[in-house]
Amino acid sequence: MWGKKSVMFNVSNLTVSVEDNEILKSFSLDVGPGEVHAIMGPNGSGKSTLAHVCAGKEDYTVLNGEINLNGEDLLDLEADERSTRGLFLAFQYPIEIPGVTTLTFLKSSLEAHYKANNREVLSTPDFMKLVKKKAAELNIDDSMIKRPLNVGFSGGEKKRNEILQMALLDPQICILDETDSGLDIDALRLVAEGVNNLRNEKRSFVVITHYQRLLDYIKPDFVHIMYNGKIIETGDSSLALELEKSGYNNYIK
Amino acid sequence: MPAVKETVKQVDDIGVDKYKFGWSTDLETETAPIGLTEETIRFISKKKNEPEWMLEWRLDAYQRFLSMKEPEWAKVNYPAINYNDMYFYSAPKDTDGPKSLEEVDPELLKTYDKLGIPLKEQEILSGVKSNIAVDAVFDSVSVVTTFKEKLSEEGIIFCSISEAIKDHPELVRKYLSSVIPKSDNYYSALNSAVFTDGSFVYIPPNTRCPMELSTYFRINAENTGQFERTLVIADKGSYVSYLEGCTAPQRDENQLHAAVVELVALENAEIKYSTVQNWYPGDENGVGGIYNFVTKRGDCRGKNSKISWTQVETGSAVTWKYPSCILRGDNSVGEFYSIAISNSYQQIDSGTKMVHLGKNTSSKIISKGISAGHSSNAYRGLVSSHRRAENARNFTQCDSLLIGNKCSAHTVPYIETKNSTSVFEHEATTSKISDDQIFYCGQRGINIEDAIALIVNGFCKEVLQELPMEFAVEAQKLVGISLEGSVG
Ligand SMILES: Nc1ncnc2c1ncn2[C@@H]1O[C@H](COP(=O)(O)OP(=O)(O)OP(=O)(O)O)[C@@H](O)[C@H]1O
Ligand SMILES: [Mg+2]
Repeated sequence: MWGKKSVMFNVSNLTVSVEDNEILKSFSLDVGPGEVHAIMGPNGSGKSTLAHVCAGKEDYTVLNGEINLNGEDLLDLEADERSTRGLFLAFQYPIEIPGVTTLTFLKSSLEAHYKANNREVLSTPDFMKLVKKKAAELNIDDSMIKRPLNVGFSGGEKKRNEILQMALLDPQICILDETDSGLDIDALRLVAEGVNNLRNEKRSFVVITHYQRLLDYIKPDFVHIMYNGKIIETGDSSLALELEKSGYNNYIK
Repeated sequence: MPAVKETVKQVDDIGVDKYKFGWSTDLETETAPIGLTEETIRFISKKKNEPEWMLEWRLDAYQRFLSMKEPEWAKVNYPAINYNDMYFYSAPKDTDGPKSLEEVDPELLKTYDKLGIPLKEQEILSGVKSNIAVDAVFDSVSVVTTFKEKLSEEGIIFCSISEAIKDHPELVRKYLSSVIPKSDNYYSALNSAVFTDGSFVYIPPNTRCPMELSTYFRINAENTGQFERTLVIADKGSYVSYLEGCTAPQRDENQLHAAVVELVALENAEIKYSTVQNWYPGDENGVGGIYNFVTKRGDCRGKNSKISWTQVETGSAVTWKYPSCILRGDNSVGEFYSIAISNSYQQIDSGTKMVHLGKNTSSKIISKGISAGHSSNAYRGLVSSHRRAENARNFTQCDSLLIGNKCSAHTVPYIETKNSTSVFEHEATTSKISDDQIFYCGQRGINIEDAIALIVNGFCKEVLQELPMEFAVEAQKLVGISLEGSVG
């Protein structure tokens, strides 16, 4: 509607359990195009669970609620379909796949996206050019992408590899689950630059983090505090600064 | 449903509805009297116009067979085979031997066309199809061999074993059963008695065979065993790459395939032998399918010779197969690269033997077993060194990948050293495709089926790389199909 803020990605009243424990409790979040939302919250509050459920991981029972991307309910879709619709999750703990080189994996992934969106698949030389360019921007060298996916990668290499994939897949909504943890200062800046380069008026981000430091680089439009399966406080970037000073105790009732 | 559970279900569902070679060809055939008797053997030998020595050779094998027992040590289970219910010879009528392409029954040509086997030399020469000479064996007989003339210009003999017995008796008598004695084992004795056809290759000294040689086996007739015999001889300083492919129609009864393959590499010669075995594996409940009881052995007879086996095993209900190398010549090299995929109720007991007899001999074994469904997949390997085999070297790598938790994988390595200078290394791993891996692939847009194919192909990459180009692509696809059947 004119004048009213439009919503591109939204989670409403999402209630999710794992093995009879309710982890998300009527969780809601609206994300408009081009917005960056930061979610902070103590360990175990359900941040990764939210990220996994949005991406379509199977071990969870969704008791109630909806997840919409561009007006389409994602809950009926498989993980791969959500991905090709434009949802990207940078994993807190990226998974290792022995035997499959990073390059082969990236190619399969990109081809799956192109096919699903009826785009012509890139030729191998064009694909190589694209990967090399994006990898160079993240200071990822050629030898790394020739190694099996995430196998023996350092913590920081794994995270940069996640951002490389995000840059290649051109997603609409990016959920970053603690992408900053385990990064040294230079890598943090590179990753943040990578994210900032992808920011535009259409693409949105949900950035899960424990540290305000990342938010110095990636300026969020909103900061949410998540506790016990739902958002208990929302503010602007000053909220993160305040949390850094005084901790969660002031907000947890 | 968690991803892996779902995968397991999908793999279950696929069964063999996706076995794309399951159709059969209607042809008038001629068969031997049912059952296994001396009469059957005489019939086969007569049918093939064999010389007297060959008949005697067969009858001798039959006598030995009668005194032998079926082996029971393999990790496979199947009902006893009744040899009196089975036909030992079946041939398309009017096919007494390989002919020129123009004379071959068009139905047969269509069959091979449907299987994607290039028989038309014209097309191959004009570059439409890849550069391969083919011997096509249909049930008990070779129906056509391509590029014979072109190869004979270089002195290379590539023909059916039946022709070789008639046209090159000196070579056949010298080498046949020189690697695998008739009474080596139960099935080799059976094969020696009743073998019906197969391929013969002789590469003369210092000749590099200019094209891939290939035999394509097709079992078509019902209740018929296929007993082929292959003999490959690489004379001094020669090289040959040989491919073998096989398929069979989908039938409810089990059918027996008991082949014998012998390779001889003389001084400085090299033989590369690749197999893509895709016999009908039976349906999703384990009904039907081929019993594949095969004896394959290569003899590195001369100094510096090399024999390399590469196999991709995806078919058959029961597989019992150990392509081996006798490293007789000093400095000779043996290699075994294997991918064995079992699904549904398939049972595989396969591996190799590397027998080090000469000095400075070396061998390498790379085995990749993939089990899904309710299948059982065993690697059985022997590495041994003789007292004389100074500095024998072996490296063995055995990896198993499990999909789901109703299947099993077993590794049974035997090591025997009689020489203190031998160095034998063995590494083994077992892994599973995890839900997390499937989810990660899914998050990047790769669906379950493609994710499994991707992971499995990554798992067996080292072996796929050993296949000749044309085969590698085919095999890679086959790996995908036998596990998830997404491609029709
Ligand atoms: N598969 C599971 N089985 C049982 N409990 C689970 C499972 N997955 C998550 N949980 C529980 O759900 C709660 C939320 O976990 P989650 O990983 O979402 O927290 P988080 O906010 O991401 O924490 P952190 O900041 O440490 O990453 C935890 O108590 C966790 O133990
Ligand atoms: Mg977490």
